Amino acid sequence: MSSSIDQLISKDYEHGFITDVETDTIPPGLDEDVIRVISGKKNEPAFMLEWRLKAYRRWLSMKEPRWPNVKYAPIDYQALSYYSAPKSVKQLQSLDEVDPELIRTYEKLGIPLLEQKRLSGVAVDAIFDSVSVGTTMREELSKVGVIFCSLGEALREHPELVEKYLGSVVPYSDNFFAALNSAVFSDGSFVYIPKGVRCPMDLSTYFRINAADTGQFERTLIVADEGSYVSYLEGCTAPKRSTNQLHAAVVELVALKGATIKYSTVQNWYAGDAEGVGGIYNFVTKRGKAAENAKISWTQVETGSAITWKYPSVILQGDNSVGEFYSVAVVNNHQQADTGTKMIHIGRNTKSNIVSKGISAGQGQNSYRGQVKVLAKAENARNYTQCDSMLVGNRCGAHTFPYIEVGNNTATVEHEASTSKIGEDQIFYLKQRGLSAEQAVSMIVSGFCKEVFKELPMEFALEAQQLLGITLEGSVG
Amino acid sequence: MTTGYQESFARFSAHQAAAAPAHVSELRRKGIERFAALGFPTTRNEDWHFTSVSPIAEHDFTMLVEASGDVRKTHIEQYLFCPNDWYALVFVNGRFAPELSTIAELPAGVTVMPLAKAYVDAPELVSRIGTQVDAETQAFSALNSAFMLDGSVVHIEKDVELTRPIHLVYVTDPHAAKGMTHPRNLIVSDANSRATVIESYVSVGSATYFTNAVTEVSVAQGATLHHYKIQRESARAFHVGTIQVEQARDSHYFSFSFATGAQLSRTNVYTLLAGEGCGATLNGLYMLDDAQHGDHQTLIVHREPNCYSRELYKGVLDAQSHGVFNGKVYVHPEAQKTDGKQTNKVLLLSERAQIDAKPQLEIFADDVKCTHGATVGQLDQVSLFYMKSRGVGNELARRLLTYAFAADVIETLEQPSVRDELEAITLARFNVAELPAGELAGAETVGA
Repeated sequence: MSSSIDQLISKDYEHGFITDVETDTIPPGLDEDVIRVISGKKNEPAFMLEWRLKAYRRWLSMKEPRWPNVKYAPIDYQALSYYSAPKSVKQLQSLDEVDPELIRTYEKLGIPLLEQKRLSGVAVDAIFDSVSVGTTMREELSKVGVIFCSLGEALREHPELVEKYLGSVVPYSDNFFAALNSAVFSDGSFVYIPKGVRCPMDLSTYFRINAADTGQFERTLIVADEGSYVSYLEGCTAPKRSTNQLHAAVVELVALKGATIKYSTVQNWYAGDAEGVGGIYNFVTKRGKAAENAKISWTQVETGSAITWKYPSVILQGDNSVGEFYSVAVVNNHQQADTGTKMIHIGRNTKSNIVSKGISAGQGQNSYRGQVKVLAKAENARNYTQCDSMLVGNRCGAHTFPYIEVGNNTATVEHEASTSKIGEDQIFYLKQRGLSAEQAVSMIVSGFCKEVFKELPMEFALEAQQLLGITLEGSVG
Repeated sequence: MTTGYQESFARFSAHQAAAAPAHVSELRRKGIERFAALGFPTTRNEDWHFTSVSPIAEHDFTMLVEASGDVRKTHIEQYLFCPNDWYALVFVNGRFAPELSTIAELPAGVTVMPLAKAYVDAPELVSRIGTQVDAETQAFSALNSAFMLDGSVVHIEKDVELTRPIHLVYVTDPHAAKGMTHPRNLIVSDANSRATVIESYVSVGSATYFTNAVTEVSVAQGATLHHYKIQRESARAFHVGTIQVEQARDSHYFSFSFATGAQLSRTNVYTLLAGEGCGATLNGLYMLDDAQHGDHQTLIVHREPNCYSRELYKGVLDAQSHGVFNGKVYVHPEAQKTDGKQTNKVLLLSERAQIDAKPQLEIFADDVKCTHGATVGQLDQVSLFYMKSRGVGNELARRLLTYAFAADVIETLEQPSVRDELEAITLARFNVAELPAGELAGAETVGA
């Protein structure tokens, strides 16, 4: 890059503080007893323990995937602790009983849990290390029959729903990390929207990893019954630590006939320092199943994590179902991302739309990996894919690995990809109009990502824009 | 699975017809060693994900060492394009057939000879064999190296401009049933030379056999090479072919792959842009029918700055054929100012036809402009409607549009006789010339 680019100093990761709370952490290591302990701590029904053990036995026979375009030192699964919870979390009657230290943590993160300070119109489930510390707005939601609680609670209060849908989209045998998650998952959010209900507010989960040397394995299950609608937001942060931490989550979306699920993520896990030390390994399996006339829309802004490996997917099972994927993935310093989507067209007249924007800076490596598969019976399937990459600096990389598999001749599948550097002439033009180099880059990047940002709920869109600016700081000047 | 090949190799290397210089024997030995270690690729191998070679692995093919076959000029005339005008080197069942070849009047500075002859007559050229192709990790290239026997050696010396194309023709006839051939070609274009080389793989009769060809190409500074590969093997044949190219500064390489034959075919075209300012164009057309499986794999490696690459592949798939396209553009960190464009378009004519496409970009330099596009679909309904509204019947409109789709990429060929011939083949394939009577009548009525 030219003389003008390459001088700003990276702004610190502002969510990098550590909360000092007493925790109940089980010793590192993983075997069947550990799984029994986790299940026991959560008073789970018997079917759950059985399921976990099946998953664990399956996991033992699986190999860690090596095909993603990322490099990392081998993970010692026996050195991790699989359960960590703040001691103060017990069965709470109301959020007022939550440890003030935790409340302060979430306030510092900009997520007020107390009702009087809550974000208007958003219900939040706050997950701290392995457990849910509180869920807001539950009363309003229960008036319309929406169930929004931690998965642990759902297992106790609505076991029939959990048993029916858990693993129905991502079976425990799906892949290495999903199997691990199925065996040891600690908590997560559960959402059920009844028939014909339009969820009156956005639902949101805020994940926070705090403890050191633990893995976080949460599991989210969202079931939207016939004709319902829900918009769901997910945010994540973690303290700065010099060791890598594993985050292997599973998200399952079930959209029944005519339902719509909109799932938005702003992923801002700690990405490691400028030398690539520390940071979260974010190995996540996200998948939705869309029945007839249903729609599932994934929007993600991936700015954090040392390594991101995730492919939010949609199985378009019912006729006329729709799948969407909008993604902005930014890598800077030594971050690596291998992300994209899978759209599996099974039903007739199914449609999918993929817009992926990758930005690589510093020595970051960004890969788009996506699959569009049209099965033989998917008459009139339609897909449009656009994936653009922008390179900022000359030591980064951008890669595209699309898989297009079409088995029906009435399908129309289009794929477009481009890679180019951030325009020196555009920067020059904006600087000449009085903007600083940094503002210019930020403006160009926002323009580049506009199509994705416009899919985000408003509060998130603002946060995402800011995050993007922070992530890219130091890469240009 | 590979033991049969190892036994076959032992018999082959002991055969008197296999006598070759030490360099070649060494390549053969290493080849069989690597093949034994690698085995046939499985679909777990990312590069073979969509193509299972088990039909090849399950067959027990015999290596065709001695000259065999009964092919006369009349049998192959239709494949020779301009039999009187071009230089042609014809091989029957893997061995050179001098009576069918026309290489008598080569101009000065041009060498064209069968590989088996080059072992004795052109040791310097032979010593360049094996320097480019990756026989270490690619099983089929290793297998070809092991059974390297005959093939073509083409050398265009510095500043020579060859106006007449060189045609390398590999014919297989029913005598080769259950046999395998491993043609090995070397094309060397010296600085500032210009030439057109065409490789044809054709068949007389409809035997089951296995062709596994490897062509190594080097294009020196400022040279231009047009290199076409025309694969029209028998409908029962298996064909695997690898072309490995290395380009020096300011060179231009134009490749065209035309594939309509074989029950299972795989064509690899790999080029390394190893000098500044060079350009590569890789185009191709594959038209498959019945239960054919056709796989194209291309790789363009940009190693130096200021190079461009263009790629246009089109596929027309009918019946229950299965097409695969895997195109990769790799840009090294030093290769700034790279300009790459890749397009892959596929037309599915039947309900059961299937395509798997994987256009990939791997980019490590920032000052680049790289794009790729891929589309899969049917004929454009709007175009179809337009033609029908002008009085062209449905069936004819479909055929014309299908032909137009395919002809678009054939038109990029510079060599007029090849272009015309391939257009004629395509035209015949979609029966555009044989206008159904009703269709024309309809057109006239509306026109009047």
